[in-house]
Amino acid sequence: MPQIAAENLRKTFHVAEREAGMVGAVRGLVRRRSREVRALDGVSFSLEAGELVGYIGPNGAGKSTTIKILSGILVPDSGDCRVLDRVPWKDRVPHVARIGVVFGQRTQLWWDLPVIESFQLLRDIYRVSEKAYQAAFEELAALLELRPFLDVPVRQLSLGQRMRCDLAAALLHAPPILFLDEPTIGLDAVSKLTVREFVRRLNRERGVTVILTTHDMDDIEALCTRVIVIGDGHILSDGSLEALRARVTRERWLIVDLTEDAVEVHDPDAEVIRREGPQVCLAFDPTRVAPAELIGRIAARYPVRDLFVQNPPIEEIIARLYRENGR
Amino acid sequence: MTAYLAIAGARLRALLQYRAAAAAGIVTHIFWGLIRMMIFEAFYRSSAAAQPMSYPEVVTYIWLGQATLALTLGSADMDVRAMVRTGTVAYEMVRPMDVYWTWFSRTIAARLAPMALQVVPVLLIGAMFGLGPPPTVASAAAWAAGTAGALLVTTALWTLASISLLWTISGEGVARLIPTLGYCFCGMLIPIPLMPPWAQPIVTALPFWTVMDAPFRLYLGHIPPEGAGIILLHQLAWTVGLVLFGRWLLGRAFGRLVVQGG
Repeated sequence: MPQIAAENLRKTFHVAEREAGMVGAVRGLVRRRSREVRALDGVSFSLEAGELVGYIGPNGAGKSTTIKILSGILVPDSGDCRVLDRVPWKDRVPHVARIGVVFGQRTQLWWDLPVIESFQLLRDIYRVSEKAYQAAFEELAALLELRPFLDVPVRQLSLGQRMRCDLAAALLHAPPILFLDEPTIGLDAVSKLTVREFVRRLNRERGVTVILTTHDMDDIEALCTRVIVIGDGHILSDGSLEALRARVTRERWLIVDLTEDAVEVHDPDAEVIRREGPQVCLAFDPTRVAPAELIGRIAARYPVRDLFVQNPPIEEIIARLYRENGR
Repeated sequence: MTAYLAIAGARLRALLQYRAAAAAGIVTHIFWGLIRMMIFEAFYRSSAAAQPMSYPEVVTYIWLGQATLALTLGSADMDVRAMVRTGTVAYEMVRPMDVYWTWFSRTIAARLAPMALQVVPVLLIGAMFGLGPPPTVASAAAWAAGTAGALLVTTALWTLASISLLWTISGEGVARLIPTLGYCFCGMLIPIPLMPPWAQPIVTALPFWTVMDAPFRLYLGHIPPEGAGIILLHQLAWTVGLVLFGRWLLGRAFGRLVVQGG
């Protein structure tokens, strides 16, 4: 039986609107206008224990709404959802005791208390025994390198420090499921790597099921075995990264560094899609032309300093998927 | 229970660290205590008719009011306001706690902390300007009990104000109404015994009466210590009513909650 199952979830929001300017403001006093926004329009998926799933989509696609429904914060208009065999919004209190949630843009720590006091509060809130708390705390503090700023009030932490603290805060009660809503947003490269490495270990070593929403495709490529793509409230794709690639395009890219700037590159089996100074990016279909053959041809015909073949970056794949679906 | 106590304790510790706010509160309360004394002195000097309260009683009443004002008046919980504006309120729902009692615990601390910092200095200064002792130990005990009851009523009221923030977003409106109503009907504007006789049954039925006027009159012996029981019942009834209403309102609010963006 799946650990998390969502069936045909629908959620509509009403967004108030008014015309700009003074006239619009006055008119808005008399007649309210609102527009319906379908955040989720029949979303279904299921997850087994121990999966690490990337949940991606453009802004406003319904990612956060899904996470909020799964964590019991929002009630869907219709549809069914079970997490660890509970309906989140009906059994909210026992449900949330078994999950951890991090919203990257917000903090759950107490703004004017030192970090360590926030942790102790969470220990009391989740009724974690002193022994279990100490063990969890020691481990998290070591993995996330929290020691240097445990006594600093949360308001004085940098974003990267705060995010590491928030991750620890969500895991003190050792939940089997973790929802991460944009955990790397706004972080510098080093903090991003720390967070990524931590999430990977959490999933691989402790078997925690993770759903991760992000706009950072490096997160997805580094972490996720499975990717669910959502757009306009619909699920566009659900499967492994390789399957997603194969579905959208078979294309591969040949990047060529030339010794001279001015040379125009042409080949019957490849298309120049980008050119930056001496670097040319050629897209080709490996079923039409063998990479080795293409490389040989290019190297023979042009002044090549270096070349390499790569898959189109995942951003490109996702962008094409959105475009195909009318975005 | 431990969890709710922990929430209240943390909030209390956080609020007690704001020394400048406490000092400002003390100065303001003393200043207004003196102004109110002058107003009532003018009033008593210009009136020949016998009043339901003597001038020394009114002075004591005023200083008690200044010392415990923070319990009743003030503003809604700034943290809840910030949570609603920024959407952090979502985190309140991912904790295995009852949201109403969580907010009630926060509010108790928010009510208690400023008063705890102000009560002693204001009473000491008041004693220099005519604050008299209670007539008997029993009256003092009745006042203490009445003040504890007042804490419950005022907490239930202010929790309701926090809940109203889920509707108004800007954090004004209903939350502004409570101190205004409270100011008129708790005896801060004029002590309730000085109000016209027809108004008194109405005013003494309201919750505001039990948070200031009733405990002060217990202190003065104006209401004998035996009367404390009925006042505590009055407070309890309002607390229960306000809690039930607040819980119902919060349930409705979360049914229609929209957490925008991000």
